[in-house]
Amino acid sequence: MSLISSLHVASTALHAQSLRLNTVASNLANADSTVDTYGQTYKAKQVVFRSVPMEDQGADGVEVMSIVDSNAPGRRTYDPGHPQADASGFVTYPNVNAVEEMVNMIGASRSYQMNLEAMNSARELMQRSMDILGT
Amino acid sequence: MNPVPQYDSLAFGETALRLRTYRQQILGSNLANVDTPGFRAKDVNFAAALREQLEGQGYSNRVPLSVTSAGHLPSSTFRPGMPTQLFRTSLQPSMDGNTVDLDIERAHFAENVTKTEAQMRFLAGAFRNRVNAMTPDGR
Repeated sequence: MSLISSLHVASTALHAQSLRLNTVASNLANADSTVDTYGQTYKAKQVVFRSVPMEDQGADGVEVMSIVDSNAPGRRTYDPGHPQADASGFVTYPNVNAVEEMVNMIGASRSYQMNLEAMNSARELMQRSMDILGT
Repeated sequence: MNPVPQYDSLAFGETALRLRTYRQQILGSNLANVDTPGFRAKDVNFAAALREQLEGQGYSNRVPLSVTSAGHLPSSTFRPGMPTQLFRTSLQPSMDGNTVDLDIERAHFAENVTKTEAQMRFLAGAFRNRVNAMTPDGR
């Protein structure tokens, strides 16, 4: 039934957007992580969305195709006393841009809310269709 | 004698409701893919789809051409299944090729939800009318 499929489409979007929100949280949390578990400087992560056809004909859900590391150069600060400082005394901080991350966060949160509303609409319509049987 | 209505109210209601929920699903896909690069917003031409579906069910005064050979194409334009999806003409496509315009999509979404609900009430009314007609003395 199409309304069930509407619910599925909205839920794929909720999943994708929450993953996007997760990467934003990860990026913001690691904005000052000069070293990760592999000994490298943390790199900002971005999700790549892709639309996927649902099992029901016609509808397209969305999924996270991949999570890519940003290749932007990291922020370099002169701090010779830092344990991660290189030979010339510079420390490379992660290439996390806090402004971009905040914009990304607001975008993800708005899209999440919108798809939640779409889900709610589908739910209410299904409720109404059940009311028809009761009359 | 009363004129026979052009469409049976139950068949009409059922078809319209099916197309409404189908359109709901398409509009939901547009909302879900608001951030997907290259995604193009889709919609269906509801009036054309409804006419096509009803005509396909025989509610038409159109006479089909007879088919005398297996190689002949059928004359009916009816295709069982769901209507053709059309791409929405975008006023302001984004740089990544996505043509979902949130304001337009939300307006269509709200409109479709309201009309689906209205259609459900009409269908419920049609059922009630039949029940009333079967009840003696209107009880």
